[in-house]
Amino acid sequence: MEITNYVVLAAVLFAIGATTVLLRRNAMVVFMGVELMLNATNLAFVTFARLHGDLTGQVLAFFVMVVAAAEVVVGLAIIVTIFRTRRSASVDDVNLLKG
Amino acid sequence: MNDVIGLAPWLIGFPLIGAAVLLLGGRATDRWGHWLGVLASGAAAVVGFILLFRMIGTPAEERAVDHILGTWLSAGGLDVDLGLRLDPLSMTFVVLVTFVGTLIHVYSVAYMDHDVDRRRFFAYLNLFVAAMLTLVLADSYLLLFVGWEGVGVASYLLIGFWDTGRPTARENAVAAKKAFVMNRVGDMGLIAAMAILFATVGSVSFADVLPAAGGLSEATATAVGLCLLLAACGKSAQFPLQAWLGDAMAGPTPVSALIHAATMVTAGVYLMVRSGAILEAAPTAQLVVVVVGAVTLLFGAVVGTAKDEIKKALAASTMSQIGYMMLAAGLGPAGYAFAIFHLLTHGFFKAGLFLGAGSVMHAMDDQTDMRRFGGLSRFLPITWITMGLGWLAILGIPPFSGYWSKDGIIEAAFVPVDGQPWRAWVFGTVAVVGAAITAFYMTRLFFMTFGGRRPRWTENQHPHEGSPLMWWPLVFLGVGSAGLGAVLGIGGTFTTWLEPVVGHAEHHEPVLPVPVIIGATLVLVLLGAALAFRMYAVQLVPEEAPRGSFLTRAARRDLYQDAANETLVVLPAHGIARLVQVGDRDVVDRGWGVLPLAVSWFGAMVRKAQTGYVRSYAAGMAGGVLVVALVAWLVVRLGAGLGGAQ
Amino acid sequence: MTPAGLEISGGETVLFWVVAPLMVLAALGLLFVRRAVHAAMCLVFVMVSMAILYIAQEAPFLGVVQVVVYTGAVMMLFLFVLMLVGVDASDSLTETIRGQRWIGLLVGLGLALVLGGVVGRAAFPPAAGLAGGDPAGVANPQALARVLFGDYVLAMEVVGVLLVTAAVGALVLTHRRRLTPKQNQRTVAEARVKALTEGVSLTPLPSPGVYATSNAMDTPALGPDGEQVPQSVSRVLRIRGQERPAPHAGVALVDADAPTGGAAPRRAEEDL
Repeated sequence: MEITNYVVLAAVLFAIGATTVLLRRNAMVVFMGVELMLNATNLAFVTFARLHGDLTGQVLAFFVMVVAAAEVVVGLAIIVTIFRTRRSASVDDVNLLKG
Repeated sequence: MNDVIGLAPWLIGFPLIGAAVLLLGGRATDRWGHWLGVLASGAAAVVGFILLFRMIGTPAEERAVDHILGTWLSAGGLDVDLGLRLDPLSMTFVVLVTFVGTLIHVYSVAYMDHDVDRRRFFAYLNLFVAAMLTLVLADSYLLLFVGWEGVGVASYLLIGFWDTGRPTARENAVAAKKAFVMNRVGDMGLIAAMAILFATVGSVSFADVLPAAGGLSEATATAVGLCLLLAACGKSAQFPLQAWLGDAMAGPTPVSALIHAATMVTAGVYLMVRSGAILEAAPTAQLVVVVVGAVTLLFGAVVGTAKDEIKKALAASTMSQIGYMMLAAGLGPAGYAFAIFHLLTHGFFKAGLFLGAGSVMHAMDDQTDMRRFGGLSRFLPITWITMGLGWLAILGIPPFSGYWSKDGIIEAAFVPVDGQPWRAWVFGTVAVVGAAITAFYMTRLFFMTFGGRRPRWTENQHPHEGSPLMWWPLVFLGVGSAGLGAVLGIGGTFTTWLEPVVGHAEHHEPVLPVPVIIGATLVLVLLGAALAFRMYAVQLVPEEAPRGSFLTRAARRDLYQDAANETLVVLPAHGIARLVQVGDRDVVDRGWGVLPLAVSWFGAMVRKAQTGYVRSYAAGMAGGVLVVALVAWLVVRLGAGLGGAQ
Repeated sequence: MTPAGLEISGGETVLFWVVAPLMVLAALGLLFVRRAVHAAMCLVFVMVSMAILYIAQEAPFLGVVQVVVYTGAVMMLFLFVLMLVGVDASDSLTETIRGQRWIGLLVGLGLALVLGGVVGRAAFPPAAGLAGGDPAGVANPQALARVLFGDYVLAMEVVGVLLVTAAVGALVLTHRRRLTPKQNQRTVAEARVKALTEGVSLTPLPSPGVYATSNAMDTPALGPDGEQVPQSVSRVLRIRGQERPAPHAGVALVDADAPTGGAAPRRAEEDL
């Protein structure tokens, strides 16, 4: 088995996450798709760290995790706020910028 | 001359200051404004006479003086000075304008007595005098043009003076506009002439152009001459720009007397005589001038026989007499002096006739229809006598002033030019026939007004002479009409006076002996007068105008001049204007409108991408990522492939 | 393409080939399931598997952090918010935006193919493996700490600030402004007394069950208005029809016709 298998797996997970963002309407599920994408990226980072024998990849994955956590906090707060006023968690309902 | 020449700018200055004070002062100056106007004009007259006497006292060679006040403009190759030319020609005009002008100012004090806007009237009169003096005193065509335009403006303001608050207000305004617009057509000629002169001679001042006129090619001189003739036709109401003069009678009578009889309309003749050197270099142009004069002469005379309104008849007469002046001006040096002489005598007797008509109208409650006059000689004696003097003068009965000047013109008309007798016969005959017709209609006018056995007045008329302010000017003008001609004509005094300016005329023999010409003219004049006397003094004049022959009816309609102008000029102009408007609105605007339409269509197309859905935007981004990834991969692959192939 | 330096053991291979398909299936589940809660559970599965893979990839610290932070904190946060937003929230799977489904699938497949293809065909240097790279004997957390606080200390500090900002941001976003003045006990009491004139009761209404005559599970409780409260019986029993009708509150609380001093407290049976 090649080590690049992990990277291919990461690519596939990334693609699935992207598709989730595009196709699902529930804001929470879209957010989950974003999380999936981030995780896939993390996997790729860790794999490359192992490949190159350099811990930088792991450090980067760590930072990604931290930033993802912060992002989730704020994102969910926004979703909660929107839900409070609009009583809807659908992404399609925030279409006021429609031209 | 040099000691008094400093006074010359005051000729223009006094009336100009008067106009400025009266216009800017407004209603505050209403109580004494008219006297200020009279004073300003009178002061100019005094200065004019001082300069005249001084000039008479100088030897003939030194009489022409150019008094430069300063540089006016210096642009490109054109240098024009602000200067005044004082020579016998301009001094003649100065004296005519200021003397007759002041008399008319005095007359107007009484004539406009009941008018609320009297002060404004005097302001405009002063403005006119200032502009006319600028015109005749200018030493360059450009400064002359300033005066030319100035008198046009003053004429517009004065014709349309009564443009509010009375039933004829709109007609007055329209008449003023008509005069101005037709004058404008003529002005194009003057501008074109100045342009040609600048292009060929390099200057527009008389001192440069007139001596160089001999060196101009005949084509250039003809062009300039015809352009100047166009300008003169506009200002002097000659054919084909004569239609405005009749309508201009809508203005107050003093205006008609001053502007449309004595002075402004003669500006065209002044222009022709002043540009004599140019005309002499272009025999074709001279011929055209003579033809125009002859045509107008007859035109005015025919129209004048059919007019029942006194002022319109006098207007037609003015047009005809100026035709005489034009005819003389086109005859070359032989005719210039007589043209100006006739201009001078005409100024006196026509102004006298107009002011007299004003006096009659004033007495008859502003009635203008001569068919409602009659038998006024007993009630308006002073007017009757002074108008009678004017009548005899215009007929050309010796020894009154008109005889000396008009017969001079007729004699000059009979002189063959360039050895071609046909012209002498044609124009001479025209002049004599015109004199006969003039005699007819002027006698008709005179006796319809003053003669007749039974008056044809409307109810409640109590005619009486006006105030002394009205009849003293009439007296002065009557005396001038009677004697001025003799004083200046006997011994050729006037001709000699003008010689330094117009040049010496070679004396050629006319095709008929002079006594024959004079005799024939007198006979025909007396015949015409007698015919009119029989028709209008002896026989009863119907109160309603009879239908008359075709010619009579045509003459009543000014020989259809308005219809002709309408068809030939106004309708095509309207058509072109409408075409341009349609073109601008429908073609240009719509065409340019395509651009915003295209832009908004494009915007609408693009706007469809703004769905407002986050997911659509995300799809766009994701698609973009995919494309970039593909491209990057392809580039790398191809690069590797190419590199590998190496 | 894995020459000397790193040997991937057979065990790891087996682990990979077991875990990876499951992960992909779970991810597809995230994509396709209807209810948001189910999607969250799929994601949790993916994350835990991810942690296993990290540990297999010589990143034990990261693996633990993944479980603790990501799965433990972040996903729990997701679930809390799902609770707030609506646990039953489910999407209909029909797509409302035209063409979105095809674009989505195209993008998904395209990305997977392109990225996977690129990576699969790319030439990588020989895998080094981390054991060789570490200074001998130093365990992974210490080595990671050395790099983190050594080379990337500035980034660490900045990330710390970021976290604080995120926390404050969340507070600010979810803060609700009072639109009415805050009522304290005094104002509530005064309002109640004032409302007496309109007939509102001064004392709180009795809670459901006060007037219950039975505390059996299949008997509904009585509300303050004396009517049965259906929700007090288990849904299952209700569906099965095993609910027992409660006796109506025939207990006279106060005689409505008897005049009493002062404002009479509202009778339980009267309209509210």
